[in-house]
Amino acid sequence: MSLVARHLEANGIPTLIIGSARDIVEHCGVPRFLYTDFPLGNPCGKPYDHDMQLSIISQAIALLRTATTANTTEKAPYIWSADNSWRDDYAKVDDSNREELARRGEERRRRQTEDKAEGIDRVAMIADG
Amino acid sequence: MTEVYDVSYMERTRDYYRAQGYTTDYRWAQNSETPFTPLSKPMNECRVGVISTAMPDTELGRVNRRIYSNLVSPIPESMHTEELSWHKAVTHTDDVNSFIPLEQLMVLVDEGGIGSLAPRFHSVPTEYSQGNTIDNDAAEILERLREDEVDVAILVPL
Repeated sequence: MSLVARHLEANGIPTLIIGSARDIVEHCGVPRFLYTDFPLGNPCGKPYDHDMQLSIISQAIALLRTATTANTTEKAPYIWSADNSWRDDYAKVDDSNREELARRGEERRRRQTEDKAEGIDRVAMIADG
Repeated sequence: MTEVYDVSYMERTRDYYRAQGYTTDYRWAQNSETPFTPLSKPMNECRVGVISTAMPDTELGRVNRRIYSNLVSPIPESMHTEELSWHKAVTHTDDVNSFIPLEQLMVLVDEGGIGSLAPRFHSVPTEYSQGNTIDNDAAEILERLREDEVDVAILVPL
């Protein structure tokens, strides 16, 4: 998505990304980025929290108005929960799932080989985090 | 209790791929310079376009990952997110407005904070191949936004 933003911006359309994977977006480099420090999935605010969602998009619009240089990041002023254990949980690899992940990898490669034989060459990132 | 830190998604993804038997690490896009285009008019005169990595929750959208253009009204009740990398153990994507800000932008149109919302929003697939994104999808999205006559674009990856 960051690559799309860069292409639009280079062709005259100002852009802003709202996202939660800060390291990936900033590694790529984008013009304007509103960072929501939430688990991946709800960068525009918690599900069904209309006030928070409106506040976050309002901050995004303000950032579009005020940013004057590329690589401008702002952070939304919300936390997901007092318990931060979700941060350790994403795409975790430990002894409890090592064998299962190895098996899943084999299965994924087998499926990709089949897809390729059928002419399907578009591959998504692994998405079972 | 876990301390507060920005989750390192690149490192987690790399380790996750390795655990699944992949021997070549994914290389995330990195650039030394970033383009910047100033706004050409005040936000309250701008037409806003929205782009999501979620696919439409239709028969085609569920099986065929590609660019789709979807109407903003009525706001879709659901989007297909199953194949995307989001934190399925701790949250859900049942509320479309939590990752595609259509309802919120409609409020801002009514309040005069933005000029208008483009009549359609676009789905763009996440891709392992950066070449596919740059050479095909980004160019196609640009063309569709020009058709929509948008002044600014808000992109929301899940």
